[in-house]
Amino acid sequence: MFLGKVIGTVWSTRKDENLIGAKFLIVRHLDLEMKEKDNFVVAVDSVGAGEGETVLVATGSSSRQTSFTQNKPVDAVIMAIVDKLDVPLKDLLKKK
Amino acid sequence: MFLGKVIGNVWATRKYETLKSFKMLFVQPINANYEEVGEPLVAIDTVGAGTGETIFYITASEAVIPLPVDMAPVDASIVGIVDTINN
Repeated sequence: MFLGKVIGTVWSTRKDENLIGAKFLIVRHLDLEMKEKDNFVVAVDSVGAGEGETVLVATGSSSRQTSFTQNKPVDAVIMAIVDKLDVPLKDLLKKK
Repeated sequence: MFLGKVIGNVWATRKYETLKSFKMLFVQPINANYEEVGEPLVAIDTVGAGTGETIFYITASEAVIPLPVDMAPVDASIVGIVDTINN
């Protein structure tokens, strides 16, 4: 899973009929200092996240492992809302 | 499976219902010389790993297999703690 921040919502009327009722959010990748990176994904929300929240996103076929997204054309799902990070070793490892 | 080092914890009260009881850890992928490779990721812990430990983890939909639930939106799970690497 990767760390991200919800920066917006996507509305779409014409979409695959399996996706009717899905909430699409734009999630920007975050680094360990909570700084926004350049890349982002559109993810289906499974936990009730909102704009500005820090979330975890599962990608790939794992994102179809929720009751709503099962067997649906989805490759990114928000599966947790982050309360707190504690990453004491973020600068300890040597860069290759 | 990949090698990694646990570098920290993530707390999330609101998460997908089948993930309620699982611990989530930040993992930095490493190579066999313990050098950092690539970007850190968040993985579900199934073996009781802690910060500072060298572990191996699995990714993609296989990451759900070690969890005692039918469905869980998880794309990385820690499945072992490394004692030594011989290379």
